[in-house]
Amino acid sequence: MIKVEFLGPIDKMPIEMEASTLADVSAKLKEDSTLIQWLDKCAVALNDTMVNDLNTSLKDGDRVSILPPVCGG
Amino acid sequence: MELYDGPLDIKEIFCRWLDEEAHSNYGAYIPFVGTIRAEDDIEALSFDIYEPVLREWFDTWQEKAKALGASVKMAHSQGDVPIHTSSYISAVFSPKRRVALELIDAFVEDFKANAPIWKYDVKNGERIYAADRSTPMYGSGLLA
Repeated sequence: MIKVEFLGPIDKMPIEMEASTLADVSAKLKEDSTLIQWLDKCAVALNDTMVNDLNTSLKDGDRVSILPPVCGG
Repeated sequence: MELYDGPLDIKEIFCRWLDEEAHSNYGAYIPFVGTIRAEDDIEALSFDIYEPVLREWFDTWQEKAKALGASVKMAHSQGDVPIHTSSYISAVFSPKRRVALELIDAFVEDFKANAPIWKYDVKNGERIYAADRSTPMYGSGLLA
């Protein structure tokens, strides 16, 4: 089981799911209509390190963070 | 890297950083300060920060600066920051001006694009995500 958390303005509680790669996470999140507006502009971190490969493998207890567009300063 | 609740005490931070590097033999100190302007009837801006990724982003920049013989520092606010107060200060120290001028430009631009900080307008006490001023981080769209 892995945990997916949604940061900043995405108004959604963390969810847990079975997933062996980020591609699995993508497939499951696409089923959620409330996330359609976010996925194409969000970056992804795995256990607080930014990742950029859908084939990234996941293990039990991993935490995936969804990071929407930013504007610091 | 320093995070504070509410507006920054810019004078204290600026002077403390100056003192910290007083004997480091840097010839240039270039700060950048971000101050909340009164526009679009906002009372304040408000910020959310994801600290673990921000620290990793900042550590990468410290390494880049170190490779140039320079040093970067930054402080940012969390929560509400009223108009005409400041939410951000960053600075570069380097032996000579050219490295500092180029580094502060690159650092601040990458900060705007990739530091995990979310901005909200505060109007009538309500936080409204500044979607139109926000930038997708590097690698965005991976899960789309």
